[in-house]
Amino acid sequence: MRGIGKSFPGVRALDGVDFDLQPGEVHVLLGENGAGKSTLMKILSGACRPDEGEIHLAGQPQRIATPHHAQSLGISTIYQEFNLVPHLPVSANIFLGREPRRAGFLLDRRAMRRQAARALQELDVAIDPAAPVSTLGVAEQQMIEVTKALSLDARILVMDEPTSALTGGEIETLFAIVRRLRARGVGIVYISHRMEEIFQIGDRVTVLRDGRKVATHRLADVTTADLIREMADRELTEHFPREAVEPGPPVLQVRDLTTRTKLRGVSLELRRGEILGIAGLLGAGRTELARAIFGVDPIRSGEIRVHGCPASLRSPREAIRAGIGLLPEDRRQFGLVLPLSIKHNVSLPNTDRVYPRGLLRTAEERRLAQECVTGLRIKTPHIDQASGNLSGGNQQKVVLGKWLARKSDIFIFDEPTRGIDVGAKVEIYRLMNRLTRDGAGILMISSELPEVLGMSDRILVMREGRITGEFTRSEATQEAVLAAALGTTA
Amino acid sequence: MNFKKLLLHHGRQLGTLAGLLLLVLALSLRTPYFLTVSNLLTVLEQVSINAIVAVGMTVVIITAGIDLSVGSILAFAGVVMATVLQKDLPVPLGLAVGLGVGVGCGLLNGLLITIGRLPPFIATLGMMSIARGGALLFTNGRPVSGFSDGFRALATSQFLYIPMPTLIMLGVYVACHLLLTRTRFGLYAYAMGGNEQATHLSGINVRLHKTLVYGLCGLTSAIAAVILTARLNSAQPIAGMTYELDAIAATVIGGASLMGGQGTLVGTLIGALLMGVLRNGLNLLEVSSFLQQVIIGAVIIVAVLLDMTLKQNRK
Repeated sequence: MRGIGKSFPGVRALDGVDFDLQPGEVHVLLGENGAGKSTLMKILSGACRPDEGEIHLAGQPQRIATPHHAQSLGISTIYQEFNLVPHLPVSANIFLGREPRRAGFLLDRRAMRRQAARALQELDVAIDPAAPVSTLGVAEQQMIEVTKALSLDARILVMDEPTSALTGGEIETLFAIVRRLRARGVGIVYISHRMEEIFQIGDRVTVLRDGRKVATHRLADVTTADLIREMADRELTEHFPREAVEPGPPVLQVRDLTTRTKLRGVSLELRRGEILGIAGLLGAGRTELARAIFGVDPIRSGEIRVHGCPASLRSPREAIRAGIGLLPEDRRQFGLVLPLSIKHNVSLPNTDRVYPRGLLRTAEERRLAQECVTGLRIKTPHIDQASGNLSGGNQQKVVLGKWLARKSDIFIFDEPTRGIDVGAKVEIYRLMNRLTRDGAGILMISSELPEVLGMSDRILVMREGRITGEFTRSEATQEAVLAAALGTTA
Repeated sequence: MNFKKLLLHHGRQLGTLAGLLLLVLALSLRTPYFLTVSNLLTVLEQVSINAIVAVGMTVVIITAGIDLSVGSILAFAGVVMATVLQKDLPVPLGLAVGLGVGVGCGLLNGLLITIGRLPPFIATLGMMSIARGGALLFTNGRPVSGFSDGFRALATSQFLYIPMPTLIMLGVYVACHLLLTRTRFGLYAYAMGGNEQATHLSGINVRLHKTLVYGLCGLTSAIAAVILTARLNSAQPIAGMTYELDAIAATVIGGASLMGGQGTLVGTLIGALLMGVLRNGLNLLEVSSFLQQVIIGAVIIVAVLLDMTLKQNRK
C-alpha cells in the first residue's frame, strides 16, 4: 500500500501512509485510538475506499472495491465484532454464501459438514461442525472466523485486537495457530495494544500517529519505550485555553468502585473547581465508570460520596437529584431525543420546574430554553428547532444546557469534543473553564491525549477496569500517560 | 401564530385535512345526500367509537409501541359493565367497573412490556386473545342486552342537536390533547418514543410512564365500549373485532410514525374522520362493501407513501 490518504468530514484520517506485508510474516500495526489503524485496514479489506494512493498485491496494482472483492483477492479480515450467525451451525457459518449444493439448489449439508470438519482439522481445532455458533465461547468463535478466512484461501489475514476477549490459555492457542499460518506463507496484519504480545508474535511493526506513518521497524531492533515515544510524540500545537482555578473541597469521592461488568476497585476524588481527566484506551472501563457513577449500571461494591455525604445512586434519576450531569460519549444515542425540540430536551430533566404538579408552565419552559440558547450561544433560529437538525457542537451544548438549567455542579464529560469541529471545540473548552470558575467539578473522559493533557488539572489513567496511573498537570507527559494506559513502564 | 409557522409545525395535519376537504367536496358533487346536516352528524356519530379507540392507540404509537388488544379489551370491558348494570346497581358504579376493567387490562399490557420486557406486539397479541376469551367465558358467548334509559342516554341523547357520542368523543380528544401537549406525562410519551435511552438518562422513570400509557389506551377502549353498548342496548362478547386495525389506520393517516416520537391527536381525529367520511360516501354512492375494503386499504397506503415522499424531499 503506497501513499494512502483518506478524509472524513472534518478529519484527515490517513495521510500518505505506506505499508507493506511479506508472505509469512506477522506485521503489527500500532497506534493510539484514532491514529488511523482501522481506517487503513478497512481500505485493505474493501470496506472503504481511499481518496488517494495505490495498492499492489503480489506486484499487481489492484482497486479493491468491496469486502467481497477483497475476499476473492485472498484478503480476509477478522474484526473485533465477529460476523457470525449465532443460530446457524459452525459448518454453515464457514460456508455462508458459498454453500456446497446438489442439483443446483439443494443444500448439501453432509458435504458442508465434511468440508468444515476437514478445515477445522487442518488448524488442529477441536470443534463440532454441527454445533450452533451461539453455544461456543469467544475463543472458539474466533477460531471459526480464522477457519472461515482460510477456507477462502486467504493469503492476507487482518486481525483486529484478536486477543482482547481471550484468556491466557486461549491466547496461547491463538498464537500457535498464527505461527502455523505464518509457516504456511500467510501474511498477517496484527492490530493490538498489548505490548508484551506484540513482541511475542510480531516480526515487524509499523507505528501510525494522527493518520501518518511514523516508522516501520523489525521488532527485534526496538524496545517498548521506543514504540511508545513514537506513538505519543507529537507537538502540542492545538490551543487549550485551560484557566486553572484553586480547587476547593471534594464534590465527588469514589472508593473501591466495582461493577459486574468492568470496574475493579476504582477510587478517585474530584474537587470543586477541578477538571479531572480520565485517560485510557478503548475498553479500559472509562465509559463504564461514568455509567456507574451516574446510576446506569448497578454497583457491586464500593462507595460514592457527593459533597462528603454517602450517596446511593441507583438510577440516573437519583444521580441527577444529587447534582450530577452526564454528557455521554454518543450524544445522538444517549444524550438527546433527536426528534424533539431544543426546548423539550432542556425540559426533560427539569420537569419539576417546567411542569409543577405535572402541568406545563409555558413561560418557564421558554425561559429555561432561551437562557440555555443565549447563555451557551447555541446557533439555532429558535428554541422549537428539532435537536436532530443541530450541528454536533450545538447538540453538545444542548446536552450541557439540560444540566445547567438544573444547576448541577458535578459534570461527567465523556469524549466532550468527539465529532465536533475545531471552533466549537474551543468553545466547549471555554464553557468547561466557566463551569469550574463557578465552582463545578468536571470528570473529563477523553481518548485524545492532547485534550487530556491540555485541559485537565489532574489526570487518572485507566486500564482493564483499574486506575493504573495518576499525574498532576505538570508531571504528565504524553509518553507517561500512554505507558500507563498500555500497562508498561516507559 | 403566523401562517408559515403553522405550515412548518403542522404541515402533515394540514395535508390530511386538505385530503379530507377534497373528499368532502368530491362527495358533495357526486351525491345530494352527502352534504346535509343530518348526514354529517351521522358520520360524526358513526366515527366516534373508532376515533376514541384511536386516541389511546395514538399515544401508544407515539411511544414507539403498538396495541393489538384494543378491540378485545373493548368487548371484555363492555360485557363486564353490562352484567353489573343489569344487577340494578347505580349506573356510575357500572361505568366505573367497565372503565376499571379497561384500565386494568391496559396496565397489564404495560407491565408485560416494561417489567416483562416483552415486545409490545407480542404482549398485546396475547392480551388480544386473553381479553376476547375472557369476554366469551364471562357471558358464555351470549350477548348481554337491555339497559335502563338513563344508561342508554349516553348514546341516544343529544345536546344542541349534537349526538352524545360525538360530544364524548370531542371531550376525550380535548382532554387527551391537553394531556399530550400540556403535561409532563405527554412530554415523556414523546421523549420515550423518540429515544428511550436518552430519556432514561435524563432521569425519567420510563417503566412507570410507559405502563401508564398502555393503561390510558385500555381506558379509551373502555370508553368506546360504553358508547357501543349504550347505542346497541347490548354488550357483545364478539364486539370490536378488527378495531385495532381501524385505530392504527386512523393514527398513521393522521401522521404518527410507527417508529415513535411523532404524532398528534388533531391528526388522528382528521384521520378517523377521513375514514368515516369515505365509508359513508361510498355507502351513499352504493359502492359494494367488498370494493370499499379495497379502496380504504389503498387510501391508507397512499397516505403513508405520500407522507414518506414529502419527508424525504424536505431532507
